[in-house]
Amino acid sequence: MAQPNESSAVVVLVATRKGAWFFHGDAGRRAWRVDGPHFLGHIIHHMVLDPRDGRTLLAAATTGHMGPTVFRSTDLGRSWKEAARPPAFAPRPDGEGRAVDHVFWLTPCHANEPDAWYAGTSPQGLFRSDDGGVTWSPFSTINDDPQYREWMGTVQDGTPDGPKLHSVLVDPRDPAHLYFAMSGGGVHESVNGGRTFTPLIDGMEVVGGFDPGVVTYHDPHCMRMSPVNPDRLYQQNHCGIYRLDRPGREWQRIGRTMPEEVGDVGFPMVLHPRDPDTAWVFPMDGTDVWPRTSPDGRPAVYTTRDGGARWQRLADGLPEAQAWWTVKRQAMNADALDPVGLYFGTTSGELWMSADEGAHWTCIARHLPEIYAVETAALE
Amino acid sequence: MNVLIPTPLHSYTGKAQVEANGATLAELMEDLDRRYPGIRFRVIDEQNRMRPHMRFFVNQEAVFDLSLPLTEHDEVVIVQALSGG
Repeated sequence: MAQPNESSAVVVLVATRKGAWFFHGDAGRRAWRVDGPHFLGHIIHHMVLDPRDGRTLLAAATTGHMGPTVFRSTDLGRSWKEAARPPAFAPRPDGEGRAVDHVFWLTPCHANEPDAWYAGTSPQGLFRSDDGGVTWSPFSTINDDPQYREWMGTVQDGTPDGPKLHSVLVDPRDPAHLYFAMSGGGVHESVNGGRTFTPLIDGMEVVGGFDPGVVTYHDPHCMRMSPVNPDRLYQQNHCGIYRLDRPGREWQRIGRTMPEEVGDVGFPMVLHPRDPDTAWVFPMDGTDVWPRTSPDGRPAVYTTRDGGARWQRLADGLPEAQAWWTVKRQAMNADALDPVGLYFGTTSGELWMSADEGAHWTCIARHLPEIYAVETAALE
Repeated sequence: MNVLIPTPLHSYTGKAQVEANGATLAELMEDLDRRYPGIRFRVIDEQNRMRPHMRFFVNQEAVFDLSLPLTEHDEVVIVQALSGG
């Protein structure tokens, strides 16, 4: 998330199944100017502007046929240059090693590590660049560690469009303190700069009938760290909404207080830039065959203002019925203005925003391709 | 030798027909990557396997082995498989 001042204008970075778009807001976030498509026809899984320099923009790209890559721009998309060495697993002499299908997640590293980035991939892999995304190398030992490979499971265990490593989080107080999550494969923490990671799954539930003590069975969908309290983590999981206050190790299922008819299944989770007790989720239908649509065709954001003790429905302006879309894990985000602006992109290609922390919603784009990721950035 | 490049890879070559050299198909791809950096990884993965939807034809014969010997008069065609929908 960007850290704008009051005079900043917001740009919303929209990554879709068929390319990327920028939406430039005016000072009041009322009028939006569209710039795009970029990379028309490419699958863009994530697009992030580096808040440390305000100019380095990375886009994780692939196509239906060609291999994955990362594109880099330093002029907000007026020109792009491909990574000289995209994320790739270490080759094995027998040719039986894994291959990156797509780069799924991009995270700028610590503020004291300029030009350093982490990338999470499908299948699950963790990579790092120390030159602003030009060259990438496998990071840590997890990509080839036998225990981690077991926890990552097989393709049969993964989410339908590929198992993923995502939600790479960096403690702003300590660049050596890292978290990541895997779908599937649980939540993991390192306190030594990625030299080793350990699971952090206590309290997280798994699909009925399976042993929650087995890391492989855990499917965190999206994990976030409070920008103002790095000891507070929130998580939207395949099996509920959770909060973890460090140094504690047991996740609390705060989604239990969601309305029963809505449930606490979903993909994205968004945190307030200044209030660690405030978070937003976008529930979806996780019943029966997992339709992955809005429950009852009535999309709504839910917010908590007290760390998950209570939840409030926020749907003013959203369709009241027969809206069968949902929001993917990277496709909902916030800006850092006051009041906070919220943004989400739908599986049906609509981009919605609220300039008042979710109280009212406005659709600012329709007919885009399926939206995979929404990020915000502040431009001076 | 002459190599026919599919349209999705023209962003690397700028044209459909290019010249490249190699005693094998693998060496040919290495030479293409020297001339057009990045093109190989879009076609061949990090385990030296052809990507699932990319196909190679040498003298109109489908090829699945990157160690296939080539001669300078061979005609190589890289094709994006006709899949998708």
